[in-house]
Amino acid sequence: MRYISKPVVKVDGLSLVLGRPLYTNDLAPDHCLVVKALRSPYPYARIRSIDTSRAEKLPGVACVLTYKDVPKVRFTNAGQTYPECSAYDRLILDEYVRYVGDEAALVAAVDEVTAVKALKLIKVDYEVLTPVLDYHTAADNPVIVHDYDDYFNHYPSFNADNKRNIVVDGIDEGGDVEKAFAESALIECGTYETQAQQQAMMEGFRSYTYLDQNDRLVVVTSTQVPFHTRRSLARALQIPQSRIRVVKPRIGGGFGAKQTIVSEYYPAIVTLKTGKPAKMIYDRHETFTSGNTRHQMYLNVRVGAEEDGTINVIEVDTLSNQGAYGEHGTTTIGLVGHKSIPLYNQAKAFRFRFRGVYTNMEPAAAFRGYGATQGIFALESTINSLAHRLGMDPVALREKNMLREGEIMKAYYNEPLNSSALDRCISRGREMIGWDEKYPCRKISETRVRSVGMAIAMQGSGIAGVDTAGAVIKLNDDGAYTLQIGATDMGTGCDTTMTQIAAETLQADMDRFIIAQVDTDVSPFDPGSYASSTAYVTGMAVYKAACDLKSKLIRAGAGMLHPERFTSPDTPFEEEDYLFDGNEVTEAETGLHVSVRDIAVHCAGTNDGDYLIGKGFNSSPISPPPLMAGFAEIEMDLETGRYDVVDFVGVVDCGTILNSNLVRVQTEGGIAQGIGLAMYEDVVYNSRGRMMTSSFMQYKIPNRCDIKKIRVAFESSYEPTGPYGAKSIGEIVVNTPAPAIADAIYNACGVRLTTLPMTPEKVLMGIMKNKENEN
Amino acid sequence: MVITLMLNGEKRQLDCRPDTMLLEALRDAGCKSVKCGCDTTNCGLCTVWLDGHPVLSCSVPAMRAAGRSVTTLEGVQAEAEVFGRCLIAEGGEQCGFCSPGFIMNVLAMKQELKNPSEEEIARYLEGNLCRCTGYMSQMRAVRRYLEVEA
Repeated sequence: MRYISKPVVKVDGLSLVLGRPLYTNDLAPDHCLVVKALRSPYPYARIRSIDTSRAEKLPGVACVLTYKDVPKVRFTNAGQTYPECSAYDRLILDEYVRYVGDEAALVAAVDEVTAVKALKLIKVDYEVLTPVLDYHTAADNPVIVHDYDDYFNHYPSFNADNKRNIVVDGIDEGGDVEKAFAESALIECGTYETQAQQQAMMEGFRSYTYLDQNDRLVVVTSTQVPFHTRRSLARALQIPQSRIRVVKPRIGGGFGAKQTIVSEYYPAIVTLKTGKPAKMIYDRHETFTSGNTRHQMYLNVRVGAEEDGTINVIEVDTLSNQGAYGEHGTTTIGLVGHKSIPLYNQAKAFRFRFRGVYTNMEPAAAFRGYGATQGIFALESTINSLAHRLGMDPVALREKNMLREGEIMKAYYNEPLNSSALDRCISRGREMIGWDEKYPCRKISETRVRSVGMAIAMQGSGIAGVDTAGAVIKLNDDGAYTLQIGATDMGTGCDTTMTQIAAETLQADMDRFIIAQVDTDVSPFDPGSYASSTAYVTGMAVYKAACDLKSKLIRAGAGMLHPERFTSPDTPFEEEDYLFDGNEVTEAETGLHVSVRDIAVHCAGTNDGDYLIGKGFNSSPISPPPLMAGFAEIEMDLETGRYDVVDFVGVVDCGTILNSNLVRVQTEGGIAQGIGLAMYEDVVYNSRGRMMTSSFMQYKIPNRCDIKKIRVAFESSYEPTGPYGAKSIGEIVVNTPAPAIADAIYNACGVRLTTLPMTPEKVLMGIMKNKENEN
Repeated sequence: MVITLMLNGEKRQLDCRPDTMLLEALRDAGCKSVKCGCDTTNCGLCTVWLDGHPVLSCSVPAMRAAGRSVTTLEGVQAEAEVFGRCLIAEGGEQCGFCSPGFIMNVLAMKQELKNPSEEEIARYLEGNLCRCTGYMSQMRAVRRYLEVEA
C-alpha cells in the first residue's frame, strides 16, 4: 500500500498552521449585516406583546424580526436524512420561548455595536409560565412544553406525544428476560446518571448568507451537514430547496454540535427580508447556552449472571432529558442500549427500555458517542461491579462474555460481526498498562494510592441502510483529478483520508488530486459527517468512484492505442487485456502504451474526446462496530478525594487504519473528551433554569496540564464491507474513560461513583460515608 | 478615535472605540489568523505578541497597543512554518482553529525558556486550549520542534 495506513499529513495542514483566512467568519464580507438574537431570560414564557418600534428607528438597523415575521411551518433542525427521525417542533421564531437563551427576536444592523444597542430597545411583555426543570417529573407533567396541534413526527413507532412531554418511548427485547433473571444465580443492579456535556468545539456556531446573481440564497456555514441544512432551511423559510446553495468552508471542530442546524436560519431570513448579506456569529456564551449538548440521562441497569461469571441477561432502562426541542431525541437514546448490550452478546436475553422527555432546558442533540457513551458508562460500571462481587478480574469477566467475530448481534438489529480484534485490544491494553502488576491498587504513601480500572466499548460505522454517499472523480485536462465528496471535514481530516483512498485506487500521487470543498450546488449528495460514517460509508463511495474512473481511463487509453477498433461506444473490449499503473495504460500483449496525461489531453481537446468521470455511490445494510478497550491508571489522595488520571491506555480496532497519524490523534482527542466527561465537565443550571456554566471560566474542559498521559495503540481487523477493510474511529474513542476511571476510583478507595462527573467532592463524601458505615 | 501602532512591522493606523479590544481591532485590520474562542481569557486562541510578549488580545484594550508593536501569525510566517510543519507531521493541528494562538505561544516560549522540561512546556502552554487533540500530538510536535531548532 502506498497511502493506506500511512501517516499522511493533512492536505490542508499547512494552510491551517499559517493562519490563512479559511473559516466562516474570516470569509464573511466586511460590510454584511450583523445579526443578533434577543434571547429569552425565562425558561418558559409566552410573548404577550413585543414592541420593536424603538429598535427599528435606531440608525443602522436594517430590520427587526419577531415570530410574526416567520413562516408558520414547523421543522426540525436535526441534521438527519429525510424523513427525519426528529419531531417537527420548531419555528424560526415562536410566540413561546422554551428555555433560557431561546430566540425571542432578531436584529440585523450595520455593525455589532448597533445590533446590541437595538436589542436593548426591544420591549417584550412576557407571560412567564411555570417551567419543567426536572426531567424525572417531565412526563405527564401538567406543564406542557409543546402545547399545540401541529406537532409532527414521521415515525409513529417512536410513540412521541407532545401533550405528555414525551419525545420517544419504547422497548426492545430479545429472549425470555424474566426466565433468564429467574435462573440467574445473582443479579447485579446499578442506577446511574450522566450529565449534559458541551461539545465545546473551539469555533462556535456561525454562518453568513447572501443572494447571488440568480437571486438564490447562498449560505456559507460551519456545518457537518450541508445537504440537510439546505433541506431544513427550505422548509423553515418556505422557499424551494433549489433556491438555496450551502457551502462549507474549513470548520473549527464540531463533535456533533454542528449536526444540528443552529445559526443558519437567522442570517438567512434576514437576507431574504432585506436582500443584503448577513452574518450570525455565536460567541462562546451563545454557543454554550443556545446550541446543544450531550443528553443528560438516568439509567437503571440489571445484569443476571452465574457464579462462574457467565452473563445470562442484561436490562437497561433509560430516561433522557431532551431539553426544549426534539433534535436527535428519538435516535440518540437508541444507541444507549443498542451500542452497549451487544458487547455481551453471549447473554440469552436482553431488554432495553427508553424514554425521552421535554424539559425547559437547552436542547440536547448530537455529541460524539451519541447515547452509546451514556449506555456504556452504565453497563460497563455494572459489569465492573459484577466482577468485584464475583471476585473475578474484570478483564477475565470480559474475556469470558464478550462479543466475538462471526457472531450475530442480537441487540444490534441482528447484524453480523464480520470483524473484531477486541480480544487483542484487551490483551494489548492489559499489557501496556501493566494490569497484572497494578490491579486493583497499590499504596504509594500513607495517604496516596495508585489504582487501575478498565472498560470496553463499541460504536457503529454509519447508519445501516440509511446513510448513503456519493463520490465523483473527474479527470482534468492536465491529467490531474478532482475529487468531489459531500462528507464534511470538520478537522477530522476526511479530505485527506478520502484523497488517500482515491490515490491508492488510481495508483496516483496524492498531489495529483484536487479535493473540492463541499458545495451543495456541485458536490454529490452525502448526508454529512456524523454517525461515524465518513471513513466507512463515504470511503467506499470514493473507492467505487476511483474504480469506475480507472475502467474508463483504460478504455479511453485502449481507444487511443487502437482507434481502428474502437469505432463506437459499444465496441466490446476486455479490460483485462490492458495494464494500468497509475501513469500509463499498457496493452499486455504488445506493450503499446499511452500515458494518463495524454489520455487527458486527448479527451479534453479532440473531437473524439470524452468527459471522463468516475462515480461511486455507497450505502451499507450493516454498521460494523469498531471496538475498543480502555485502561485508566489513577493516583488518588485519600485525604481529599482528589485524583489524577496519570495514564490512560486505549487500544482500538477500527479495521484497517486509513491514516496512522489521524487515527492516533482522533483516539487521543476522544479519550481526553472522555476524561473531561468523567472528571469535571458539567452543564449546571440554577433553580430558575439559567445555565451557570456558560463560559470556559465555569465550564471546565481538560487543559494541557490536566492530561497527564494518553497512550493509544491499534489492533486491526479487516472489515470486508469497508474501504480497504476500514471501520470507523471518530466516536468510539470517547466511550471508555468514564467507566474505566469509575472502577479505578472504586479500586483506590472502595467508593462506587454512579453519577458523572466524578468530582473529588463525591469521592471524599463516599470515603467518609464508608468510614461511617465501618464504625 | 485613531491609534497608531506597528503591526507586523508596518506602521498602521486603526480606528477604534474606547471599548474595542485588540482582538477585534486586529481582525478588522485584516489579521484573520487571530481567533476568538471564549471572550473570557480562558482559551488562548487570540494570543498575539505585544512588544514581543504573548498577550490575550481579547482582554487587551486596543488603546493599550497605541505606540507599541503588535505581532500576529501573519507577521511570523517563516517561523510559524518551521513549527507548523512539526505540528502537521504529528497531526496536531486537527481542526486548526486553535493553531494560530497556540503557535504564537510556542514561538514565544522558545524565546523565553531555554531547554524547558516537559512540565515547564505544559505549564507555559497551559492556557492554549484544544478540544480536538487531547494535547499529546501537540506536545510531540513541540518536542520535535525544539529538537530541530536545537
